[in-house]
Amino acid sequence: MQLIKRAFKTWMLWELVKGLALTIRYLFKPKITVEYPEERTPLSPRFRGLHALRRYDSGEERCIACKLCEVVCPALAIVIESEEREDGSRRTTRYDIDMTKCIYCGLCQEACPVDAIVETQHFEYASETREALYYTKEMLLDVGDRYESQIAANIAADAKYH
Amino acid sequence: MEWTDIALTGLIWALEILAIAVPVALSVAYITYAERRVIGLIQVRKGCNRVGPFGLLQPLADGLKLFLKETIIPSQANKILFVAAPVMALVPALVAFAVVPFGETTLFGLWDTAHVMAIAHLNVGILYILAISSLAIYGVLMAGWSSNSKYALIASVRATCQMISYEISMGFALVCVLMLAGSMDLSVIVNAQTGGFWHWYIIPLFPMFLVYFISGCAETNRTPFDLVEGEAELVAGHIVEYSGMWFATFSLAEYGAMILISLLTSILFLGGWDAPIPALDFIPGTVWLLLKTSFFIFVFIWFRATFPRFRYDQMMRLGWKVFLPWTLAWIAVLGLFTYAEELNSSLTILSDMIGYYQPWRS
Repeated sequence: MQLIKRAFKTWMLWELVKGLALTIRYLFKPKITVEYPEERTPLSPRFRGLHALRRYDSGEERCIACKLCEVVCPALAIVIESEEREDGSRRTTRYDIDMTKCIYCGLCQEACPVDAIVETQHFEYASETREALYYTKEMLLDVGDRYESQIAANIAADAKYH
Repeated sequence: MEWTDIALTGLIWALEILAIAVPVALSVAYITYAERRVIGLIQVRKGCNRVGPFGLLQPLADGLKLFLKETIIPSQANKILFVAAPVMALVPALVAFAVVPFGETTLFGLWDTAHVMAIAHLNVGILYILAISSLAIYGVLMAGWSSNSKYALIASVRATCQMISYEISMGFALVCVLMLAGSMDLSVIVNAQTGGFWHWYIIPLFPMFLVYFISGCAETNRTPFDLVEGEAELVAGHIVEYSGMWFATFSLAEYGAMILISLLTSILFLGGWDAPIPALDFIPGTVWLLLKTSFFIFVFIWFRATFPRFRYDQMMRLGWKVFLPWTLAWIAVLGLFTYAEELNSSLTILSDMIGYYQPWRS
C-alpha cells in the first residue's frame, strides 16, 4: 500500500506540485522590499556611519590629541599631528580620516576618552572623487556641528548600556 | 506573372513576416520584464519598478545598455563561427514561427471561407517545427566550440546531449497528437479539438502534455534544465565569452523558443484558438490562443522560481528512462485503443472512447 501510494505520488509529480503551490502562495504575499531613497529602514543609535569631531557647548573642540584613536585604528585611516596652543593646551593641528581606508569598526569612538571622535548615523556621503573622501579636521568638525543634536541624542540613548 | 504581382506578393509576405516577427521580438523583451517581476514577487521582493511606470521601460533600458556595450571577440576564438553562432541560435527560433497559426479569420467577412492566420500554412507544420527547432542546437554547439573556452565547450556538449535526448520524447509526444488529430497541419489539429475544453487533447494525452511541456523546458535550456549555463560549475556555459548584442541575441533566441513552446503546447493540447466553452466563442480566437500562451510562459517563469537545477545524470535518466518509455507506451496504448474494435467487437467501447477525440475516423 505504501509502495502504491509512493508510486502514485511520484507519477503525479506530487512533490513538484507542492513546490509550485508554495511559490504561488508567495507570489501574493506582502513584499518586504524597502524602496530606498523614498523609504528607509530604522537606524540604531549605535549605527556607525560618517565620522564627526565634537565640541563642548562652549565651542571648544573636545579632542585633546591623545592619539588613542590613531593607535587603535586597525585600518590606519587616521593621521593626527598636534602642537601646543598659545594657552598651553595640547591640540591637534591635523586630524585626517581617510574614508576610503576606514572600515567603520567604531574602535576610534570607543577609544576616545572625551567622546570627541564619534560616528554618526549619516551614511550618504558618496562622492565622485577620491579626494572628497579624505576628511580633514575642518570637515570633521563641520560634520560634528551639523549633527551635534543627533549625536548627543544617540549617546544619551545608549548611555545606560555602557 | 506581371512584375507588379510579384512585387505585391513580396510586399504582402514582408508584411506578414513583420506582423509576426515584431510582436515576437517585443514579447521577448517584455517576457524578460515579466520574468524579473514574477520571480521578484515570488521571492517576496518587488522586482524592477524604477524605469518608467511600474518599470515598464526596463526592457528598453536593458536593450539600450546591451546595444551600446562592446562586443568582445576572444583572440583565440574562431571568429567566423563565434559571430555566426548567435545568429544560428536565433534564426531557427524565429523561423519556426512561420507555420504557427494564430487563428482563423474571414477578415471581417471579406473572405467567404476562414483562412488560417499563419505566414505559411504548411500541411506538415509539425514536421517543419521539429526539423527547425532541432537546428537550434547548432547555435549552442557553435558558440561552445568557437569560444575556445573549456566552460563553453563543456556546456555545448551538455546542451547537445540534452537537446537530442529530449527531442526524441518530444517527437513521440507529438506522434500521440498526430494519432488523434490525423494530420500534421497545425490548424487541422486545432479544429479537431473544437467544441469546448472536453475535446482538448490534454484530457486523453495528459501525460504526453506533461512530457511535451517538460521536454520543452529542456529544449529551451530553461530551469530546471539549464545545466548548460549552470553558473556554479560552468560560469555561464556557452555564452560565457559573449558580450553586448551577441549575448542579447542568445537570450532573444531562448525567449523566442520559450514563446514557441508555449504556443505549440496551447495549439497541440489546449485547443489553440478555441474557447474553453462554446459560449465564450464571441471572444476572438487569437485572444484565447495568446491567453493560453501567456499562461504557459508564466508557468515557465514559475518553474524557474520554484525548481532547483537538475543534476546531469538525473536529467539524462528522466529523458531516456522515464519520458521515452512513457511516450512509447502511450503510443502503443493509443494504437491499441484506436483499433480495439477490429481486434474484438467487445472492445468497441475502447475505440469509441478514443474515437471521441479522433475526427478522422468518423
